[in-house]
Amino acid sequence: MINIQEVIETNKMIEQENLDVRTITLGISLLDCAGPDLSEVNQRIYNKITHVAKNLAAAGDKIQREFGIPIVNKRISVTPISLIGSACCKSIEDYVTIATTLDKAAHEVGVNFIGGYSALVTKAMTASDELLIRSIPKALQVTERVCSSVNVGSTKTGIDMNAVKLIGEIILETAEHTKEHDSIGCAKLVVFCNAPDDNPFMAGSFHGITEGDAVINVGVSGPGVVKRALETVRGEDFETLCETIKRTAFKITRVGQLVAMEASKILDIPFGIVDLSLAPTPAVGDSVAEILEEIGLEYAGAPGTTAALALLNDQVKKGGVMASSFVGGLSGAFIPVSEDQGMINAVEAGALTIEKLEAMTCVCSVGLDMIAIPGDTKASTISGIIADEMAIGMINQKTTAVRIIPVIGKSVGDRVEFGGLLGHAPVMKVNGFSCDNFINRGGRIPAPIHSFKN
Amino acid sequence: MKRTVITVVGKDKVGIIAKVCTYLANNSINILDISQTIIQDFFNMMMIVDTSMAPKKFDEIAEELDQIGSEIGVVIKTQHEDIFNKMHRI
Repeated sequence: MINIQEVIETNKMIEQENLDVRTITLGISLLDCAGPDLSEVNQRIYNKITHVAKNLAAAGDKIQREFGIPIVNKRISVTPISLIGSACCKSIEDYVTIATTLDKAAHEVGVNFIGGYSALVTKAMTASDELLIRSIPKALQVTERVCSSVNVGSTKTGIDMNAVKLIGEIILETAEHTKEHDSIGCAKLVVFCNAPDDNPFMAGSFHGITEGDAVINVGVSGPGVVKRALETVRGEDFETLCETIKRTAFKITRVGQLVAMEASKILDIPFGIVDLSLAPTPAVGDSVAEILEEIGLEYAGAPGTTAALALLNDQVKKGGVMASSFVGGLSGAFIPVSEDQGMINAVEAGALTIEKLEAMTCVCSVGLDMIAIPGDTKASTISGIIADEMAIGMINQKTTAVRIIPVIGKSVGDRVEFGGLLGHAPVMKVNGFSCDNFINRGGRIPAPIHSFKN
Repeated sequence: MKRTVITVVGKDKVGIIAKVCTYLANNSINILDISQTIIQDFFNMMMIVDTSMAPKKFDEIAEELDQIGSEIGVVIKTQHEDIFNKMHRI
């Protein structure tokens, strides 16, 4: 039988170290909602989401009460809308009506984000993909809870540089459309390479076409728990360090697995995966950067950061994989800037630059995340940053992403306030040298040689 | 059998266990295991109980125990045993 020390340990993780279930994300396929008539499609989408997800919020609350573990977010992901709208959307405005429908459905069922206003481009854009991408600025302006993502490349297919060029312009336009709110629209727009079909974390979550009709994916979060565990092994060697991370990750993930199974049972919807990611929040003591500091760095960004992050990421996976029957999504350590107080401190101290963050993304999930940059950054420069990040994903056969916010009217050193889980961020310096001629070439970058494994 | 873990944390004083146990007895909740310890001057008690004979629902029991906790100045948490089993047992 369970003993008092174990009970105290678990409750300490929850009460003092911010252990929580970050999200129960219900993936819903909208493939059966597609059709040639826009208003009918909108109606079908609304009906399906509100029907399938009607008990989601209540189920989350029930699990929270019974196990005493906070379920921070209940969310929904849907099939990439560029597929659903391809037959009925002939204009940007047509697509925006679908975004509005998604927003309305999210409000109705009580979820704080709905992901999947997305296009899976990978090799080249269809007319529908391009139209959806061009509708993103408006869609994110008129909705509150809709999240958008665009996959522009993969290891198997290479990178569509036309889409990369376009998305640089779209990010700026989105920033302009939401400039009254520190360009917050861009915080809900992710550009991917090798996007996973089962990611439960926003803003990049969508319900992939490889998925079933509905699925429950869960993301747990416990950077604070890992940090506290590492405090007990200060000064010890790497073997001890790694073992401690692994054991802690195992315990955290077991909670995710339990919650996922319970949600699946209550909602009668199959369990998909647990995402092992260490996801920080702006709360003190809930930071991935603080783990890096505990490992031995003065600030995140100091020499040694990439190695420390690599071992952290790997040990989290090793411990987590054992703890869950299915693991997926992004699974690693997130390094968003605005959502992590330790990262913010590192930027403000001058220890962390975009270039170092780029190096860090080579060894962890996911990418350049929640980084505020000057509002006068050129579209081609944003495209260049995206192209670099996509190349890292393509060559290393991993998911990479860019969620970058050119804050209109702000420049390096200014502070930006996004609020809530999105946090606040100092505007970071961007390398100002031109990449115009590179971005303007057009076409696509071929798939790398190691993608041909047949 | 539905097993539930009840934890009581707070400043030690006379009658904490009596109060909680009286409530459990009045609601047909059987105590399977009970242990306590003092950590940094705080009284920590854990009970593993069987609620399958209780006429009340889990939420109601949890809420009433929480209420009793506030009356006597301690924090009482009621949780399904599974979260501890999953975390600490393979």
